[in-house]
Amino acid sequence: MAHLGKKIEISNLKVTYGQKVAINRISLDVYENEILAIIGPAQSGKTTLLKVINRTIEFTPGAKVEGKVKVDGENVMDVKSVYQLRRKIGMVFPLPVGLPLSIYENVAFAPRTAGVHQRDHLDEIVERCLRQAALWDEVKDRLDNLGTKLSGGQQQRLTIARALSHNPEILCLDEFSIAVDPVTTMRIEDVLKDLRSDMTIILVTNLVQQARRLADRTAFLLNGELIEIDSNEVIFSRSPANKMTYDYVMGNFG
Amino acid sequence: MINRQRLETFAEPFIEWMIRLCGISAIIFVFGIFFFVFREGADFFFHKLDLVEFFTSPEWYPTSVSHKRYGVLALIAGTASVTLLAMAIAVPFGLGAAIFVSEFCSPKLKEAFKIIIELLAAIPSVVWGFIGLTIMNELIIDLFKAPIGLTVLNGGIILALMSVPIIVSIGEDALKAVPDSYREAAEALGATRWQVVYRVLLPAAKNGLLAAVLLGVARAIGETMAVLMATGHAVKIPHSLLDSVRTLTATIAAELGEAPVHSEHYQVLFLIGVLLFSITFVVNLTADLIVKGIRQE
Amino acid sequence: MISLSERPAGANSNLFLETPFDRKKRRTQSVAKGLFLLMTLLMVIPLILIIVYLFYKAFPVLSLDFLFTNPTNGMRAGGIWAAFLGTIYLVMISLLVSAPIGVLAAVYLNEYAKENWLTRIINLAVVNLAGVPSIVHALFGVGAFVLFAGMGRSILAASLTLAIMTLPVIIAATKEALGAVPMAFREACWNVGATRWQTIRRIVLPNSISGILTGIILQVSRAAGETAPIMFTGAVFYKAISEGDVFAYGLFDQCMALSMHLFTISTQVPGVPEALPYGTAVVLLGTVLVVNTFSIVLRIYLRLRKKW
Repeated sequence: MAHLGKKIEISNLKVTYGQKVAINRISLDVYENEILAIIGPAQSGKTTLLKVINRTIEFTPGAKVEGKVKVDGENVMDVKSVYQLRRKIGMVFPLPVGLPLSIYENVAFAPRTAGVHQRDHLDEIVERCLRQAALWDEVKDRLDNLGTKLSGGQQQRLTIARALSHNPEILCLDEFSIAVDPVTTMRIEDVLKDLRSDMTIILVTNLVQQARRLADRTAFLLNGELIEIDSNEVIFSRSPANKMTYDYVMGNFG
Repeated sequence: MINRQRLETFAEPFIEWMIRLCGISAIIFVFGIFFFVFREGADFFFHKLDLVEFFTSPEWYPTSVSHKRYGVLALIAGTASVTLLAMAIAVPFGLGAAIFVSEFCSPKLKEAFKIIIELLAAIPSVVWGFIGLTIMNELIIDLFKAPIGLTVLNGGIILALMSVPIIVSIGEDALKAVPDSYREAAEALGATRWQVVYRVLLPAAKNGLLAAVLLGVARAIGETMAVLMATGHAVKIPHSLLDSVRTLTATIAAELGEAPVHSEHYQVLFLIGVLLFSITFVVNLTADLIVKGIRQE
Repeated sequence: MISLSERPAGANSNLFLETPFDRKKRRTQSVAKGLFLLMTLLMVIPLILIIVYLFYKAFPVLSLDFLFTNPTNGMRAGGIWAAFLGTIYLVMISLLVSAPIGVLAAVYLNEYAKENWLTRIINLAVVNLAGVPSIVHALFGVGAFVLFAGMGRSILAASLTLAIMTLPVIIAATKEALGAVPMAFREACWNVGATRWQTIRRIVLPNSISGILTGIILQVSRAAGETAPIMFTGAVFYKAISEGDVFAYGLFDQCMALSMHLFTISTQVPGVPEALPYGTAVVLLGTVLVVNTFSIVLRIYLRLRKKW
């Protein structure tokens, strides 16, 4: 893995919400085309980390960010268009969100806002993304139905389709399986295995075993600090570099 | 395709600028109202106004040829008397209705009542004034054997009917804002509905209910057409409910048409407008602060 | 409370029997409930009686002709066409101004404004604007539009005065409608690279339309019913216009208005046959009630078609 380029470089990141320190001086790199899992108990800063990468942290009033985050070698604060940056990164959050539009328009939303208006181009994007998200077969006959009327598992796959619709190079998933049934979780995990050849994936998860199943490397965050980051072989072995990692992985706390 | 995207990127900062401008428009208009109303009376205010005489003299003779006097005490008394009577009726009835609709009503009936209250609130003030002029007028003459029916009583009842909707709707909001957990806890202790209301809800909602009353008061003070048509034309301090009075608002409405533009009379009328604006400003501000006080709890 | 020693023997269920204390509680409750019901009815029933009486007295003149013919004989006969048309002009022009400003102002407050002192002051200004007495609006209209802006007494000046008056409620209703749209939708849009305005235009506004429309429609009836703000800014005693001509009024003309007309013929003109002012009152009241009922129906209908 070491010879692949660095997709994301995070150095000395500190994020505070008012008095509360959410991330306390984290530095880590994400390599191209790897699946990096981020594990850790609640309130460890995992979601905050993702929000910093695509700069949606700016929508949280009172959030302050120090340190440097680079995507493809460019500081995210220096990019020409923050919207372009956000399109480079696909985001999937824990709660499935179907926009109050038709299924078709849910997936066509991002391309439309990016300037794609030709009907056949949109058709192609919608079908491709719904297929990639393993949702196409279930909805292909009812693309005009409201996205909000789908089941939870379907809405989460719709969210993934939406995240894929703007051709991201990085896909971030934040505890995607929390509100979703085990069958859908398995299907989405298969989807991720298919996608990894095309993009870099960051998988924040509270399911330690999921990290073990899917990721190449895993980072362990605790209370806003990076305890350890290494290949799965090391993290899930009997002797990772840090004892706390072992305790967390074994379920001794968290 | 590309042009549309370019258009969107150019148009967006302009649109956002427009949005911000509209955002501060409310402040601009509030200041504007005060500024332009004061401006018309400014000359009189700075050079000829005797504040003491203005506020304490009941002698309002702006059109007298020989001896012009601009005391608004009688007008203030007119406004105060009608408002007080209106509140004396509207507050108990309004709060009673608010409590009924909020706590004792079935959902279907509640919806029906709320619609009726909404329609009641929609009746234009000139129609209320007309009702006072005709129906209420005759009623009062018949019932009290009074010489004329356009009196404090008439205006007070009409104003009460006009103020009730505001008291009911805001009062109901205040009661709704009390968490259900209070009600459940009280009922679990064996309290009846009425006891829950009396001992738990009313104290908990008292700020919101007070705000409701204040807003009703502000509405009554500011009402123009209804009192113009229903209270008669006598500019004097009332001694009974069956006296005719003139309110501050009605005076402006009745006399502005005839006062020559920029004359003293004209300017004083504008200053009465400033007075009205200030009173309602303070009352509304107080009600707002009281409500904000709840939200901070 | 029944003490344990007084409990009848062998009956645990007696603990659930009603005690005299309970009976008294229930009675107080019924009395209170009855009292409040009475109070509510005491407001509603006279109102219904009044409205019925108005219709009854207005009956002789109510007809389509009444609406579409002009007043004649010094307003002692004929119909109310000029006033009816004037009200339509005033309402439409004022809403053309206040609706866009009001909606955009609410968009600013709900979507862009940060929690700082400026926002607090704006909210305060909206509340205070809502509480300004109608006659003070009239004075403002005279000072700012009629005199300062040089519009003279005209439909334009009167409409602008009405616009400022209807603005705060449109802002409040829109803000509420925007606030009802879940934050999750906005976040979903931002995360795929949509700008704030794109999000508002494509998701937030279309899904608040019912609340916004309700607010605007309610102000239609308010603008139609107000007298004081238009009395000195553009509405006039009497104006001759041709019947049936929808474009009879110009922007800088003065006009008649239903509310003003009711005031005029019930207080300023002697010898008006009784049915005429009652008829005008009924038309005005009827217009207001129809518009408000329409908005209520619209609100219920749109609530049923909710998309989430």
